[in-house]
Amino acid sequence: MGDHHHGPAKGIGRWLFTTNHKDIGTMYLWFSFAMFLLGGFFAMVIRAELFQPGMQLVEPAFFNQMTTLHGLIMVFGAIMPSFVGLANWLIPMMIGAPDMALPRMNNWSFWILPPAFLLLASTLFMEGGAPAFGWTFYAPLSTTYAPPSVTFFIFSIHVLGLSSIMGSINIIATVMNMRAPGMTYMKMPLFVWTCLITAFLLVAVMPVLAGAVTMMLMDIHFGTSFFSAAGGGDPVLFQHIFWFFGHPEVYIIILPAFGVVSQIIPAFSRKPLFGYDSMVYATSSIAFLSFIVWAHHMYTVGMPIAGELFFMYATMLIAVPTGVKVFNWITTMWRGALSFETPMLFCLGFLVLFTLGGFTGLMLSIAPADFQYHDSYFVVAHFHYVMVAGAVFSMTAAIYFWLPKWCGRMYNEAMGKTHFWISFIGFNLTFFPQHFVGLAGMPRRIPDYALQFADFNMMSSIGAFIYGASQLLFLYNVIATIVAGEPVSDEKVWDGAEGLEWTVPTPAPYHTFEEPPRVGPGVHAHG
Amino acid sequence: MLRISDNPTLDTVAKLVTVAVAMFAFVFVVMVPLYDVLCDALGINGKTAGQAYTSVPVMVDESREVKIQFIATNNEGMPWEFAPRRSVMRVHPGAVNETVYLARNPLPDAMVAQAIPSVSPARAASYLHKTECFCFNRQPLEGHSSAELPLQFIVDQDLPQDIKTITLAYTIFDVTETSGGAVAAR
Amino acid sequence: MVFIAKQLCKLALGPVLLLMSVIAVAAGDESSINMSPGVTEVGRQIYNLHMIILWICVVIGIVVFSVMFYSIIYHRKSRGVTPATFHESTKVEIAWTVVPFVILVVMAVPATTTLLDIYDNDEADLDVIVTGYQWKWKYEYINDEGENVSFFSNLRTPQSEIYNTAKKGKNYLLEVDEPLVLPVDTKVRFLITANDVLHSWWVPQLAVKRDAIPGFINEVTTRTSIEGTYRGQCAELCGKSHGFMPIVVNVVSQEEYTEWLGEKQAEATEIKDLMAQTFSLDDLMERGKAVYDSNCLACHGANGEGGLGNAIAGSPIATGPVGPHLEVSINGVPGTAMQAFGEQLNDVDMAAVVTYQRNGFGNNMGDLVQPIDVYNHKKGQ
Repeated sequence: MGDHHHGPAKGIGRWLFTTNHKDIGTMYLWFSFAMFLLGGFFAMVIRAELFQPGMQLVEPAFFNQMTTLHGLIMVFGAIMPSFVGLANWLIPMMIGAPDMALPRMNNWSFWILPPAFLLLASTLFMEGGAPAFGWTFYAPLSTTYAPPSVTFFIFSIHVLGLSSIMGSINIIATVMNMRAPGMTYMKMPLFVWTCLITAFLLVAVMPVLAGAVTMMLMDIHFGTSFFSAAGGGDPVLFQHIFWFFGHPEVYIIILPAFGVVSQIIPAFSRKPLFGYDSMVYATSSIAFLSFIVWAHHMYTVGMPIAGELFFMYATMLIAVPTGVKVFNWITTMWRGALSFETPMLFCLGFLVLFTLGGFTGLMLSIAPADFQYHDSYFVVAHFHYVMVAGAVFSMTAAIYFWLPKWCGRMYNEAMGKTHFWISFIGFNLTFFPQHFVGLAGMPRRIPDYALQFADFNMMSSIGAFIYGASQLLFLYNVIATIVAGEPVSDEKVWDGAEGLEWTVPTPAPYHTFEEPPRVGPGVHAHG
Repeated sequence: MLRISDNPTLDTVAKLVTVAVAMFAFVFVVMVPLYDVLCDALGINGKTAGQAYTSVPVMVDESREVKIQFIATNNEGMPWEFAPRRSVMRVHPGAVNETVYLARNPLPDAMVAQAIPSVSPARAASYLHKTECFCFNRQPLEGHSSAELPLQFIVDQDLPQDIKTITLAYTIFDVTETSGGAVAAR
Repeated sequence: MVFIAKQLCKLALGPVLLLMSVIAVAAGDESSINMSPGVTEVGRQIYNLHMIILWICVVIGIVVFSVMFYSIIYHRKSRGVTPATFHESTKVEIAWTVVPFVILVVMAVPATTTLLDIYDNDEADLDVIVTGYQWKWKYEYINDEGENVSFFSNLRTPQSEIYNTAKKGKNYLLEVDEPLVLPVDTKVRFLITANDVLHSWWVPQLAVKRDAIPGFINEVTTRTSIEGTYRGQCAELCGKSHGFMPIVVNVVSQEEYTEWLGEKQAEATEIKDLMAQTFSLDDLMERGKAVYDSNCLACHGANGEGGLGNAIAGSPIATGPVGPHLEVSINGVPGTAMQAFGEQLNDVDMAAVVTYQRNGFGNNMGDLVQPIDVYNHKKGQ
């Protein structure tokens, strides 16, 4: 038994060969933060060029590379790995397991990520430049008309897809087989539930993405014509396959965020989550619906009217379970005893802004109106409200919430609150005006624009710089906490926090729950 | 429930790997053919059948006239001159109609072309039957030569009453590179 | 700097501006912050639909956020409240599932009728083929009797405005050399396709946005009720100059349209006549510069210095024999971004631009290319 209680190995070897879920979680989180900064830097280039009408800093071709890499890196490099990191840290601690079910595979699924993104970023320096066809890489711009670096892009998508699938298999295997005695499915914290459902989505759709890029590879190098009309293929087929992956992907990004918010709001309301069961059912129905709405991204390709109507109705339906979630969070706060520490602030920011993003989502689902919204800045505003204010805000909340538990030190609350308010203002200044320019007719993915869009674009750019700068404050706060934060020793850290992860000592020891805890029948492990 | 392994974790993993592999295969063996079937059935993108229609003798509906527009588009890098001989025809549903597209290769070298048909409105696609079409095959042309490309079609009698104009568009692609064999075979 | 300072002043007014925008939205103004109802019946329907959904969302938002902020203000720990412990209520949960569903059904009704109107199949009076190219549009008017009228529509904004060496005009980036001309109160059917990659033809005022897909044809109809000039842009990422291929539609009276069409046809005949003529170097150079600026400059640079395309100044093609130069210009270079311009430029313009390239940019070859040379080259002699 003594062997089990050793601490971490020393030096670089600890990180290279670790199979410890906490170490791997940490690496995922730092990696995703690095990618967040890189993707954010690309966003700054985009906003700097769009600061004023006219071409100032970069050439249009390079601008397209920036938008493409910004999207790819934020989606696949920042948001997705950050939630895998959080899942790694928290799932074993939440369900009373000593580690993930497949620790060695866990190590691989992390370590193939950095090379994949290194490869992707290196395309910037290749002849012909990086991929410049948008993160949705529609054929034939991404096949017949692509720069040579597209092959490397495809390879890196394959690798990061593999990493995601391995990570998901691990999560599912852990949740299904490693729960502590008495931890039934309906007692699992909602974060575990959302990760489980997300992992199932990933196992189902990442292979579809792999299939799409494989077809591209074959079209480019092996003479097939899946997406080329000349050989009997169809460019629209690409869009169907891509969005069959892409729409569930949107929920892959947002569902864990729902989970995080469902943990934090009850903690700072000091009141149990209002409708645990309905939250689980709502999450599952969103996941199911995500498979039958993909073509709402393609209303303008010229579908038969029956198709337009089907996808419109199905998409509108998603508002129901999403509404259930929002109502649940608000009812949880109702007659609680609220306090507003940084994690709660970010969750409230999430709640307000995600709801706004949900409203614009509902507007976009209306097919005839989408003929005007589609591919305009209105869409850009919409998905940043759900991706940034949704996923990124909740991820930030999660870091502030669990960081004291992880490292046994408290972050600087004043700095945290400052970070929130700067982020909140910067974010809205960036993206709210984009609704206006979009409705007024500004298409997305353009490096230069007509004069009537100038004021709002300048506002957007200034907001983006503010929002970008606020992330440096966050970085500083996190490092300062880890190095020299006020020590905390209380196991619960937050008085309202519930769940197994708050029953282990603070800071969380390297190995937890080697002896599984017993979850009694009357205990609400999910808070 | 089916168990693949006695170790519960390995059992889960094995099932999930199966799902992942199945989804990868699903893209190739289900989505692509299914899309083609749906295109044929619903006329998505105005796609028409890739093979000749074997005509069933039908009555010609003299009382109704449908306007057929012919369009020709050259895809990028296709230097052929390509155009319909007549840009408009008025036809009766059920009748067999013939027309030709004219193609000319202005370059000194032999080339091979593939024409891709598309019908608008898409709903009409499944009612426009081609009994003979140059689009069924690749069309080779020697350098500096021209050809008449024949087209024979029937408009189905069941064509919805509200459709009065059908546009038949051909986009011509240069497929010389991928059909080296076809040139040699001539 | 003055410009920036001015902008910053405006930004200081940001919150005021936002408030004003909200008020403007409420007033349903045609403004730079909201969708325009446009000049078509379908456009007005879409606009109304958009406003209905927006207002429903606003009302729901006010209700939901009021509850939330009430809670934030009155249920704070700092007020010394003790938290309630209630959770789960089947009645409430059924209510907030059913009520949103009913609201959605209410929204779906106008959405469905509008969609059905957009998809109507009535006979159109005019058919126009719209073809997306990297990076310009081609319009072709289908003529049942004679030859189709067709032309390309290129961005007219000069590079000097884009690269900030000249003051930007009022219609910066939204101006073309040859706009699409349509008669008012006429049902027009657009047959939309693309020559290379995906494009999307979007004119907000006409409420038309439809993807242009290479190899396939998409159709959409419109009927404008007010004369005027309406501007739009390509809405689907199509490569480098995606932001530089605007759309301009002039909607004119039926008489003006007929006259314009007549002129276009006459122009086509005139070009045929011109093809038989011989031009002087000056004529060719002048015409050639105009053609170069709208067709070649984007890739080959304002001074033939190259860019996405090879340099023309001092290039072996522009300073070599005429034959290969014509060959490249007319038929393009397969497998590269160099397109076949033979179809896009008439023989006169082709002759002029080749002459311009051979004699401009310090190339000074001194040889003239006449339309007949282009014609002969095309015929393979």
